[in-house]
Amino acid sequence: MSKNTPFKSRTAQCGTLESSDCLVTISESETSHIDYRGANAGIFRKRTEAIVKELLDESDLTSVAVSIQDNGALEVTIRARIETAIERFLQGR
Amino acid sequence: MGKILRTVLYIPGNSPGMIQHCPVFGADAVALDLEDAVSIREKDAARRLVTAFLDSLDFSRVYVSVRVNGAQTPYFKKDLEAVVPKGPDALRIPKCESTDDVKRAEEIISALEDEAGIPKGTVKIHAMIETARGLEKAYDIATSSKRLEALTLGGQDLLADLGIQKTPHGRELLYARSRVVTAARAAEKQAFDTVWTDINDINGLFEEARLAAELGFAGKAAIHPSQIPVIHEAYKPHPAEVARARRIMASAQKAESEGRGVFSVDGRMVDAPVIERARHLLRLSELYENSNRGDETS
Repeated sequence: MSKNTPFKSRTAQCGTLESSDCLVTISESETSHIDYRGANAGIFRKRTEAIVKELLDESDLTSVAVSIQDNGALEVTIRARIETAIERFLQGR
Repeated sequence: MGKILRTVLYIPGNSPGMIQHCPVFGADAVALDLEDAVSIREKDAARRLVTAFLDSLDFSRVYVSVRVNGAQTPYFKKDLEAVVPKGPDALRIPKCESTDDVKRAEEIISALEDEAGIPKGTVKIHAMIETARGLEKAYDIATSSKRLEALTLGGQDLLADLGIQKTPHGRELLYARSRVVTAARAAEKQAFDTVWTDINDINGLFEEARLAAELGFAGKAAIHPSQIPVIHEAYKPHPAEVARARRIMASAQKAESEGRGVFSVDGRMVDAPVIERARHLLRLSELYENSNRGDETS
C-alpha cells in the first residue's frame, strides 16, 4: 500500500440498536476477537460467544473481529443478524 | 378456508421486536412483510430474520402469512426459496395482474414444497390486487390456482395506479372493493380488505371495517396492533343475528332428521345458503365468546 492510500478495512454490519435487536459488526483483524456488549452481556456472554464461533467456523472465517451491541435480542435474532453480517462480509458489502 | 381471519396484521420483516410478539397482538393473522416495510438495503436481513422466526417461534393460533416481494423484483425467487420450506400458512403475492403471475408463483412453491418434503398445497397463495390491470383480471386470478385461497385488495397502490386520492369516506374504492369481493366469492375464495393508514383515526377505521364486513370481505388488513380490536368490533355480529342463526341451525337439524329440505324460521324460507350463512355467523360469534372468557384476545 502506498503512503497516500488510506487503509480501508473490510467491514460489514447487520441489525439495529432498537430494543429486542442487536447490531453486529464484523471487521478484518489480525487476531480474532469478540466484543459483546449490552445490559445482559454478563448473563449471555458464553452463549453468544459460542454462537459467533460456531457461525464463523461454518464460514471458515478466521481473522475477524466481531462486535455485538445486544439490546435484548432473542437468540434467534442474534443468530440471524450474525449470519447476515457474515454473508455481507463475504460479499464485500 | 377453515379459520376465520378478521384481522391480518402487517409486521415489518426486519423488526424482531414486532415479530417475536406476533402471538400476543390479538390478530387472527399476521403478514410478515418483506416488501414495502423493508428497505432495499435490508432485504437480505429481513428475509433471514423472518425465516429464522418461522423456524423457531410458536405463533400459537395466529395464521401466518408472508408478504414476499413482487415477481418483477430480483428478490421474489430468493424470498420464496427461503420462506416456503418453513411452511407458512400463506404467501401474499403483490401486484398480481394475470393468471401467469399466480401460476409462476404456484410452480416455484410446488417445487420448493417437494424439495422440503412438505405436502403439496401446504403454502397457500393470497393474490394481491393493487393495480387497475389486476382488478380487471380479478376473477381469472382467483380461479388460476387451487392453492389460491384469497384475493386481497391493496388500496394504496391501486389508488396510485388510478391516479386518485384516498378520501375518508372511501367512495373511490367502492368499485374495487365490490369487484374484488365478487370475483373472490364467484371463485369460492375469500377476500381481504386493504389497510386503514391513519392510526389515530379510530372512528374512520371502524366505519371502513364495517363497510368491508358489509360488502363481504372476510377480514381487513391492519398496520398497527391498536387497530385490531376496532376491526374485530366492526365484524362482531349483532346478538339478534346470532340468536336467529341458532334458531336456523336448530330448525335445520330438525328438518334434516324429518327428511324435509326446505323450512322456515321467523316466517322466512330457509335454504342451503341461509344455513351456510348462519353456520358462519355462529363460528364468528364463538370468537367473541372465547374472547370474553379470556381464551383469545380480540
